[in-house]
Amino acid sequence: MLRFILRRLASGVVLIVVISTIAFGLLYIGGGDIARRILGQTATAETVTQKAQQLGLDRPLYGQFIDWVSHAVVGDFGTSWFTGQEVIQAISSRVAVTLSLVIGATLISAIVAVLLGVWAARRRGWPDRLVQVISVLGFAIPGFLIALGLVIVFAINLGWFKPTGFVQFATSPSGWLSSIALPVIALAIGGIAGVTQQIRGSVIDALRQDYVRTLRSRGLSANRVIYKHVLRNAGGPALAVLAVQFVGLLGGAVIVEQVFAIPGLGQVAVAATNQGDIPLVMGLVVVTAIIVVVVNLVIDILQGFLNPKVRLS
Amino acid sequence: MPLPDPQLTPGLEERAARVSLFRKLLKNPVGLIALIFLALLVLSAIFAPLLAPADPNTASLQDVLAPPGGAHPLGADSAGRDVLSRLLFATRFSLAGALLALVVAAVIGVVAGLIAGYFGKWFDSVSSWFAGLLMALPGIVVLLAARAVLGPSMWLSMAIFGVLLSPAFFRLVYASVSAVRNELYVDAARVAGLSDARIIARHILTVVRAPVIIQAAMITGIAIAIQAGLDFLGLGDTTVPSWGSMLNDAFAKIYTNPDLMIWPASAIALTCIALTLLANVMRDELERTAGPVKRRKNRDRAAEAPIVKAAHLSTVGMATISEEERRLALEQPAASEPGEIVHPVVVHPDPEDGGRSSTGNPFGEELLSVRNLAVGYDQPDGSIKVVVNDVSLRVRRGEVHGLIGESGSGKTQTAWSVLRLLPDGGRVIDGSISFEGKDLAHATEKEMTKLRGAKIAYIPQEPMSNLDASFTIGSQLVEPMRVVLGLSKSEATKRALGLLERVGIPNPQRTFDAYPHEVSGGMAQRVLIAGAISCDPDLLIADEPTTALDVTVQAEVLSLLRELQAELNMGVILVTHNFGVVADLCDRVSVMRAGRIVETGPVRSIFAAPEHEYTKALFAAILEEGEPRGELVAARTETAQTEKEGLR
Repeated sequence: MLRFILRRLASGVVLIVVISTIAFGLLYIGGGDIARRILGQTATAETVTQKAQQLGLDRPLYGQFIDWVSHAVVGDFGTSWFTGQEVIQAISSRVAVTLSLVIGATLISAIVAVLLGVWAARRRGWPDRLVQVISVLGFAIPGFLIALGLVIVFAINLGWFKPTGFVQFATSPSGWLSSIALPVIALAIGGIAGVTQQIRGSVIDALRQDYVRTLRSRGLSANRVIYKHVLRNAGGPALAVLAVQFVGLLGGAVIVEQVFAIPGLGQVAVAATNQGDIPLVMGLVVVTAIIVVVVNLVIDILQGFLNPKVRLS
Repeated sequence: MPLPDPQLTPGLEERAARVSLFRKLLKNPVGLIALIFLALLVLSAIFAPLLAPADPNTASLQDVLAPPGGAHPLGADSAGRDVLSRLLFATRFSLAGALLALVVAAVIGVVAGLIAGYFGKWFDSVSSWFAGLLMALPGIVVLLAARAVLGPSMWLSMAIFGVLLSPAFFRLVYASVSAVRNELYVDAARVAGLSDARIIARHILTVVRAPVIIQAAMITGIAIAIQAGLDFLGLGDTTVPSWGSMLNDAFAKIYTNPDLMIWPASAIALTCIALTLLANVMRDELERTAGPVKRRKNRDRAAEAPIVKAAHLSTVGMATISEEERRLALEQPAASEPGEIVHPVVVHPDPEDGGRSSTGNPFGEELLSVRNLAVGYDQPDGSIKVVVNDVSLRVRRGEVHGLIGESGSGKTQTAWSVLRLLPDGGRVIDGSISFEGKDLAHATEKEMTKLRGAKIAYIPQEPMSNLDASFTIGSQLVEPMRVVLGLSKSEATKRALGLLERVGIPNPQRTFDAYPHEVSGGMAQRVLIAGAISCDPDLLIADEPTTALDVTVQAEVLSLLRELQAELNMGVILVTHNFGVVADLCDRVSVMRAGRIVETGPVRSIFAAPEHEYTKALFAAILEEGEPRGELVAARTETAQTEKEGLR
């Protein structure tokens, strides 16, 4: 098991290194005359050269990259070109907000998807068709549209929630819950749609397995067999889908945060993108890659826990 | 040399399938509506300049937020631009952008998938790794990063998004191509001297075309959604009207004019839903078309090679074969029924002393009495397929009742119906199953759960698939004992170890801690026997308990069963297709054929004087077993019997 985790960890590190390298290359080459863009068209050639020197942009690319890497490995991603704030600070103050949205949405997706998926797989008939319809709609309609719909119905028309704004957990736990409820639901609906289909399919498959009949012949109730044995066996493929969903939710959060004016990574990302704040963008890409790698590692470990064969290989 | 053209057949078949798929799409109401909607969308995008009442970008101060009507059929937005005109042009740009992403994704994905799948080697691993890399990051983050350096060009971001989506096509094409690469008809084409390019064009592309079309519909929907998302964030090209930018504009007025959101939001939502539904309908129709074809092939193969099929069915059995084969197997008795004369059941009388078991004990009270049992499966068209008909049998305490017959004769179905554990759609449609005075045919699920394990136990046929691979063998033994007998964990563990020792497992603790894939088939079957007897059942149902085992192990397991039966004085229903097993273990035997019992009675009388033609034929088949020709002969004679007796 330890070797399995170490191997996954190593491949995750390779992934982060490759993504950083490619992103650095594209951002700094593709950026063209960066100093000119920061200063605007009215700046003189002299000040542009000066700015480029100040940012170290006049040095060869590999030199800049080595410099960036040597700082990045100790968590220093430089400072923002526009606000002067340290990149790592700008990100770390927001990352918790985004992660609480995405993790909340992932957990809700998982729980609701298990209940709906098992219900559809066991009952078939109309519950099955209903779940299919919900899945298709949840999958097809983009998350931010769902978010907008929720805002209009529950915040503006019914007034149950505040349409925008974010309350820190430390300030007021109940206020925090109410401020992230709608965004989490908006994100979760898409996740539920994807995972429910997978659970439904895996449960239908698992129910046909011989061991289900044998376990029931020993006097175990259908519920017990389904929730203990069938779900554990159906869990592997469902977790794989959940991992993919998590990456999708991370992206979806960027837009949903904008709808609800939540100060998460999405806001930083949009601002940095609009300004062309390359150190900040670079930091965001790397942090996202790290989050994705960590989540995949956690999912892999869960897979190993669910399936003894994975653990042994 | 007149070689048959290997290109001809698959190509024609494929074309016919494609035409009928499109026709089926039109016949399917959901598919038709989705297609009509998308067609209208494309038309309005093409003719936007003709249809739009005004220029989409002309702002007019006096028309700011004008209500619908008059010069502005759908009103005007916060800059006084005509909403209908913007919507029409936005459709144009949104669709074009999505199409660009689709084309980029499809070209890269399909080409790379074909090369990697067909030629393999280094390109295979490099491109697979690259596909994984592209899928690792959320698309929107990559697009934001690209936007930071490349500026707000919709075309550029959609092209980049196309690259990000290409793994979807790559993986699909790669999987199908590596699957067909070694098919015989591709080999034939290669032998016939066709170039790789022609083989790919003729044989491989036809295979991947349908899934690629389905994937294309999904991808287009995703591209529309992400593009709308980017524009909604205000990161798009402001000079180009798009659904996302309209939404962004309307979002700013969400308190005063929430109606403005209706049009762009419905355009995005409906388009995405239409594309997803279209993809789903296509997939469903394709699967439905593939179904009967596969079935016909199965049947052909069965007709050509009955030996293989019969051998396969009798060793693997009903429980582990695919749904398709199971359906076929179920059909057989019913199919042979019409026109067949139902012979009366030959009943041999019990000996006058009431009979003694093979161990010499007199039989106890009656445990199970099945009367006129009929089992059927609900069919999609509402009819019921009957697989067991008018079956009556009786088991007393201490008595072993053999059920013998060919695969598909309904013996396993009869066994499962006593446990009330028939597969989906199967149920008792007539008759009664009386166990210790209780009618199981009409018992509730809760009552059955109480009886199973505690009173009636079951030993399956295939040891490996009947253990849950995710749990240790020990936990699978302990769990039922805790539930049924209410034992504590340590008591149940102790008992489980004792049981493992009792069934002849050399190192009980090691097997207890092992996972099912770590033990041999013979061990697994012993574990299943231990599990079946763990709660002291009165009646044991053993479904071909030795069929899947090696010959040497078979004998050991049979003698274990005999010992346990005598020790616990259980009634047993032993399902088998082997008269040797019947002679070895059974007190009574019922011969089943095509869902009915044809002859029943004490083993001695039936062995001494079989009366029914079918029983005689079965005996004739085993008599040859006496010659020392080994297992192969046994299998073949049995199959010959199958053909002769018509499981057609």
